[in-house]
Amino acid sequence: MKLMKSKTPELLFSSLMIILVSITFSVTADESDKVINIYSERKEELIKPLLDRFSETTGIKVNMITAKGDALIKRLEIEGKNSPADILLTTDVARLYRAKSLELLQPIESDVIKAIVPANFRDTESTWFGLSLRARVIVYARDRVDPEDLSSYEALADPEWKGRVCVRSSSNAYNQSLVSSMIVHNGLEVTEDWAKGLVDNFARRPKGGDRDQIKAVAVGECDVALVNTYYLGGMLHSDIKAEKAAAEKVGLFWPNQSGRGAHFNVSGIGVTRSAVHVDAATRLIKFLLNDESQAWYAEANYEYPVKSGIPASATLQAWGDYKADPIKLDQLGQHNAEAVRLMDRAGWK
Amino acid sequence: MSTTASAMTTSQRRLPGRSPSKTVLFVLASLISLPLLVVVFSIFNPAPEIWRHLLDTVLSEYISNSIKLMLGVGLLSLILGIVPAWLTTMFRFPLSKQLEWALLLPLAMPAYIIAYTYTGVLDASGPIQTLIRDLTGWGFRDYWFPEIRSMGGAITMLAFVLYPYIYLITRAAFINQSVCSLEAARTLGCGPWKVFFRIALPLARPGIIVGLSLVLMETLADYGTVQYFGISAFTTGIFRTWFGLGNSAAAAQLSALLMIFVAVLVYVEYWSRQKQRYHHISTRFSSLVQKPLHGYQAVIATIVCSLPVIAGFIIPVCFQMYWALLTYVDVIDSAFLTQIWHSVLLAALAAVIATALALFMAYGKRHTASTFTRLAVNISGMGYAIPGTVIAVGVMLPLAWVDKMVDSYFRSHFDVSTGLILSGTLFALLFAYTVRFLAVSLKTVDAGLTKIKPSMEEAGRSLGLSEFRLLRKVHIPMMRGSLLAAFLLVFVDVLKELPATLILRPFNFNTLAIRAYELANEERLADAACPSLAIVLVGIIPVIYLSQSISKSRPGHEFNA
Repeated sequence: MKLMKSKTPELLFSSLMIILVSITFSVTADESDKVINIYSERKEELIKPLLDRFSETTGIKVNMITAKGDALIKRLEIEGKNSPADILLTTDVARLYRAKSLELLQPIESDVIKAIVPANFRDTESTWFGLSLRARVIVYARDRVDPEDLSSYEALADPEWKGRVCVRSSSNAYNQSLVSSMIVHNGLEVTEDWAKGLVDNFARRPKGGDRDQIKAVAVGECDVALVNTYYLGGMLHSDIKAEKAAAEKVGLFWPNQSGRGAHFNVSGIGVTRSAVHVDAATRLIKFLLNDESQAWYAEANYEYPVKSGIPASATLQAWGDYKADPIKLDQLGQHNAEAVRLMDRAGWK
Repeated sequence: MSTTASAMTTSQRRLPGRSPSKTVLFVLASLISLPLLVVVFSIFNPAPEIWRHLLDTVLSEYISNSIKLMLGVGLLSLILGIVPAWLTTMFRFPLSKQLEWALLLPLAMPAYIIAYTYTGVLDASGPIQTLIRDLTGWGFRDYWFPEIRSMGGAITMLAFVLYPYIYLITRAAFINQSVCSLEAARTLGCGPWKVFFRIALPLARPGIIVGLSLVLMETLADYGTVQYFGISAFTTGIFRTWFGLGNSAAAAQLSALLMIFVAVLVYVEYWSRQKQRYHHISTRFSSLVQKPLHGYQAVIATIVCSLPVIAGFIIPVCFQMYWALLTYVDVIDSAFLTQIWHSVLLAALAAVIATALALFMAYGKRHTASTFTRLAVNISGMGYAIPGTVIAVGVMLPLAWVDKMVDSYFRSHFDVSTGLILSGTLFALLFAYTVRFLAVSLKTVDAGLTKIKPSMEEAGRSLGLSEFRLLRKVHIPMMRGSLLAAFLLVFVDVLKELPATLILRPFNFNTLAIRAYELANEERLADAACPSLAIVLVGIIPVIYLSQSISKSRPGHEFNA
């Protein structure tokens, strides 16, 4: 029997260990105010260009990790006062509300910021601020649906839409925030009846993301779908011909325009309680709210700027004017768990 | 030349307690069990309202869907794994040499990537159905087409990428059976089918079960595929309870329930084979002569063995390549190279750690009588069934506790803050990988260890070898194949791992899996193709190497070379 030469694996092992130790300890916190640490729910692709621009103009280095919002909140919670994070970036308001409820955020008092962000899109106690707006709208098959027949989210539960509605899973944060807003406006019982009616009208079991719903409308699996506008924007500018073609087959309808207005959520920002770079963090918030950054949200990801007076990109202009639901967004966070339970009861998978 | 592979009852020889390594073993096993125990202890933090709601509404569906998923994936993986393993071991047919290793390739394919890819292809708006509609003029409702995003679809996707575990281990078992027991059966008048069902399959059973349990655990832990397909399985329930209902305690309790379920499965499996130990009595083997197949038999064998490779690897890779060609200009940059390096580094480190630990623990478990130690070792092998995000939380809690202790000690004695020493470092990440993937290396190494007869150890001991030297001089050389398999399996698994990496990584530390996920999750399939392909390419190298080493591990190989 041949005995294994033992030198090689040992050498390999010890060199790997040395690499490990050196990497572990090279990642140490930098106390100077020339650095800022971000936990981001927003995907790197959809925020890094802005952060790079921020570093260029201010000389402040940005460190970031991205992950699911609630996982990041859990990490903040566990790390406690020693957490290296200065900033929490999220893609919906319920996460911000949750972080605030867990006392993970600190207030940033700034008149400049308050003047830019409308009161309903920021926390009353200034622990978080909306940065960009995400509208949930109805898309319809241009060849089969007359937009005259569409009116409101509520009306999608009417019998005439039986077997014609597509929407993704109720695990999705934007469905949860939409239902939360309806609980606030219409009450729990009415909303539950509505959810049951909507589920009855589903053309198929909820699956996939918002782009999948748009595609389903385009191929005729359903006639209308509830989606966020920026997914439609992404498809209209897709490299893949089929995606683009699908997007061109659907129309965008702003619901509830004669009533309270369309449902909006925000992607937002908060400064953590453990933050040591508060000045840099405040500068970042202001930077993300300047005209250039605000226009970028619309150009790069077809979101609506939170700041008024920013000229809309061509894509957004084509979708026309709209009236937004003026609801105070922290109410959406408050009712989030209730909304999920309601959708469970209604059988919305 | 006789080999009798017999099921023999062994009274496992246990040494009188004298080695300090026993204590080390217990401490190590407990440390690795800790994150899992953190999850289990969440039971003592009751959330009755949430539980009432779950019981009233969705829990029964979570459970029944998870069971359906397990049954389906288990059955399909068994077929896809065992049949080609038998054919490539026993027969020679066109492409059989190539298929031997190609059948392992789907291991390199992350489940969520194959799910996204097949959806892109087979969905109503995908190229195939569009072509059907264009050619026939039919509308969407005028024809029937299998729905990819369904329970059946999820089962198929998972089985396509998980069957290699069964193939790998079963094939190694078939090879190790050697020709002798099979030929003995043949001379006694058994036909090929009878040899397969009466001799080969029962003898390979421990290996098949190891493979199957890895497949089932991975199925239970899967989140990406079931979530994308809109199937309410147990993992989707865990995250819905955590993210949607905002109750992480109840989510942890659901995870604990999942662990208890797995523990029962593990125990039943252990109990069912408790009385059986498989050792080859003879150490002399003749090399296996593969029977050449001709005519339609050869064609069928080639087709049967190619199908899993085509479905689990070639088709998805082709579509990935097509998409990658459309997007590589925007995606491949210097950051992309860094991500490759990070992925390889993490995978290699984690694989070394998991394999070394598995060797130590499997060996220690064999020689220690302590119930607690055995229990701790068994618990530490259960992380494979738990979603990565849950393990990540289980890892963060104890590490943060240590950090806080150290910090407050230094604050009070030296008036300096040490901040976070362990949390948010690669150490935390590697710890999580170990907890999650130790099952893979432990089971593989364990299977290798059972091949070493206690009598060999006794011979070594009687020659005065210390435990450590015994391990080095006898076990490691004899188990080289298993150790390599353990290393490479963990390597590939870490390469594909997403959720724990996502939340535990240090700042600015990106991997290929993260990049692929972020793009695919935004439903940008084409952009996700380059990082996905890179995962597959990096993963292929060890997979091919693994396959070569198994072929070489065939008994009698060195004597006949």
